[in-house]
Amino acid sequence: MLALGLEGSANKLGIGIIHHPPSSKTGPVNILANLRHTFVSPPGEGFLPKDTAKHHRSWIVRLVKQAMRQAGIRPEDLDCICYTKGPGMGAPLQSVAIAARTLALLWEKELIGVNHCVGHIEMGRSITGAENPVVLYVSGGNTQVIAYSSNRYRIFGEALDIAVGNCLDRFARTLNISNDPAPGYNIEQLAKKGKHLLDLPYAVKGMDASFSGILASVDILAAQISEELPEGKRLREPESGEVITPADLCFTLQETVFAMLVEITERAMAHVGSSQVLIVGGVGCNERLQEMMGMMARDRGGSVYATDERFCIDNGIMIAHAGLLAYKSGVRMNFEESTCTQRFRTDAVYVGWRE
Amino acid sequence: MSQAWLVLHTLPAPFFTSSTPLMPITQGAEALLFKTSLITTDTPAALKYRPPKPYRHPILDKKLTKQRILAEARVLVKCAREGVPVPRVLAVGWEEGWVGVEWIRGGTLRGALNEWESKRMGTYIGKSAHEDGGEEAEEAEEAVKDLMSRIGIAVGRLHQAGVVHGDLTTSNIMLRPTTQSPSGESQEHEQSNGSLKDEVVLIDFGLAAQSVQDEDRAVDLYVLERAFGATHPKAEPFFGDLLRAYGDSFKGAKVVVKRLEEVRLRGRKKSMIG
Ligand SMILES: Nc1ncnc2c1ncn2[C@@H]1O[C@H](COP(=O)(O)OP(=O)(O)O)[C@@H](O)[C@H]1O
Ligand SMILES: [Mg+2]
Repeated sequence: MLALGLEGSANKLGIGIIHHPPSSKTGPVNILANLRHTFVSPPGEGFLPKDTAKHHRSWIVRLVKQAMRQAGIRPEDLDCICYTKGPGMGAPLQSVAIAARTLALLWEKELIGVNHCVGHIEMGRSITGAENPVVLYVSGGNTQVIAYSSNRYRIFGEALDIAVGNCLDRFARTLNISNDPAPGYNIEQLAKKGKHLLDLPYAVKGMDASFSGILASVDILAAQISEELPEGKRLREPESGEVITPADLCFTLQETVFAMLVEITERAMAHVGSSQVLIVGGVGCNERLQEMMGMMARDRGGSVYATDERFCIDNGIMIAHAGLLAYKSGVRMNFEESTCTQRFRTDAVYVGWRE
Repeated sequence: MSQAWLVLHTLPAPFFTSSTPLMPITQGAEALLFKTSLITTDTPAALKYRPPKPYRHPILDKKLTKQRILAEARVLVKCAREGVPVPRVLAVGWEEGWVGVEWIRGGTLRGALNEWESKRMGTYIGKSAHEDGGEEAEEAEEAVKDLMSRIGIAVGRLHQAGVVHGDLTTSNIMLRPTTQSPSGESQEHEQSNGSLKDEVVLIDFGLAAQSVQDEDRAVDLYVLERAFGATHPKAEPFFGDLLRAYGDSFKGAKVVVKRLEEVRLRGRKKSMIG
C-alpha cells in the first residue's frame, strides 16, 4: 500500500511517499521519497506565519512532482493522501491542507489528517524498532514526555511555558547566530567549544519543566559578554579569570536544559517501569542530548533510541507513515472534516493500530 | 524487577562498610532505595541514596544532589511537626547524598490502583456472570472514592503547612496498613501493594519547596491530576472527589482549586502549538 504525506506545520515543507505491506501481512516499510525544503529567516529573526505559508505555497507543487518522480509511481498507485492536521502555525498548516485537498479531489483519493506529534512517534518507532518506549518529543514548538497506554499516547510531562527548542532558537537570536541550517544546530556546534559552566536556574516540577526563566537568565549573561563592553567589564570565570565566551553560554544552556529533559524522562520511566527511551523532534538530533539520555538509560539497564535529521526534523514521510497506519486501521475522513487546527493534543488521537 | 542497577553503583559512606544488612528495594525516579535499620537495630529504615548522575555536569550534579537531600530532610521535619502524614527523618548525609527515613510498611498507591484496575477488568470481562461481581466492584469503587478524598485531605494538610511537593505522582504516595485495615497483619518486610483502605503517607520530597502561593499549590494538583490521567485512566473520574476534599481541607483551598482551572487551560494551550 502507498501513501503520500504532506507536512508544513512550521518552517519546513516536507513531502514523503511510503510503502507498507498490505494490512494482512507484516513486513518492513519502504521509504520511496522523503524531500524537504526549509524556509530560513535571516539571523536575529524568527519565521513569521505569513512568509512561511508563502514559502510552502511556492514550493509544494515542485516538491510533490519531484517526490512522485523519485518514487517512480503514478497518482493512481496511491491509497491515500495524508497531511498534517495540527498542531502548528495556522497559515502554513492551511496552505498545505489546501494542497492536500486539491490533490485528493484531482486524483480521487482518500484524505487522512494526521497529528504531527503522533507522526514523529510512529516514524521514530518504525525506524529504531523501539517497541514500547517512553518518548521524549522535543522541537521548536513542543516539549512532551509521552508513554503509550490503552490506545493513546499519554502526556506525562511537558513544558509549562515555552518549548525547549524555542528556548534554544531564541537564544541563537540573542547571539545573532545564523538560522542556517537551523539555529539549534549552530548552538550545538558552538557549545562543543564551551568550557565553563555558569549558574542558571534549574526548573523541574515533577515531570514538567519550565524554560522561560532560564532563557531570561542566559540572555542577561549574554548582555554581560557583549563585544560592545570594554574588555575589563566583561563577565569572567571567577577561578581562572578567563573571559566568558558565547561558546561557554551555549554550553551552559545546553547542559542545563538537557539535564532537565533527561531528568523528567527518567522520572516517567521510573513511573511506568520502562527502560527504553525514544527521542523524536528537531532537538532530538542533538548528539549531546542523545549522549546524556544514553547514559541515563544505561544506568537503568536500558537504552536510548534516536534517529538522524531525516526523521527527527519535520518531514513528510512521518505523516505518510502515521496516516497509512490509521488508514489501514479503518480510519476514514470526510472531505468536510479535512480541516486543520493549531491546537491538537497528542492524547486526543485514538491509536487504533496498536494493542 | 530487574536489579541491574545494583551492580552499577557502590554504596555511599558510611554504608559500604556497615555491618547492618542493606536490602535493595527499588530504583526510584532518581534514587536507589534500601531497607536497613538506623539508630537502633530494630528501627526499620528506608535509606534513600542519590548516586552521582553521570549524564549531568559534575558541578550541576553536586549542587542538585545536595540541594535536594537538604530540601527533603528539612521539609520532612517541618511536615512531621505540622502533622502531615510523612515518614520521620532519622539521619542525613548531604555530602554523600543520602537520607535515612522511617520505613513505611505497605506499598505505593500506584501498585494499589493497578491491582484495582486489573481486578475491575476481571469482573467485566472474565467474571461477568459471577453474581457478587457487581457488588464487589461497587464496594471497591466506593473504597477508591474514599481513598481519593483522603489523599485530598493529606495534600491539603501539606499545603496548609506551607509546603508544595513538586512531584506528586501515585508512586510518591504510599498506603500504610493501619491496625484495623485488612492488610494490617501482612508480612512486615514485604513490599506489597497497599490496600485501598490503608492510611495515606506522602513520600519523596526531593523537589519540595516552601511556598504558600496559590499558583505553586495549583501546579502541585495539576501534576497529580495528570499522573492519574496518564497512568490510571480508570481512577481519573474520581479525581473530583480528591479535589472536593482538598477544597474543604483548609481556608484558601477553594481558591487553589479555582486556580487549577487556569493552570489546566494554560497547559492545554501551549502543548498544542506545533
Ligand atoms: N520510607 C519508605 N518506606 C518504604 N518504602 C519507601 C519509602 N520511601 C520510598 N519507598 C519506596 O521507594 C520508592 C522510591 O523512593 P522515592 O523517595 O520516591 O525516590 P525517587 O526520588 O527516586 O522516586 C518509592 O516509590 C517507594 O516504593
Ligand atoms: Mg519517587
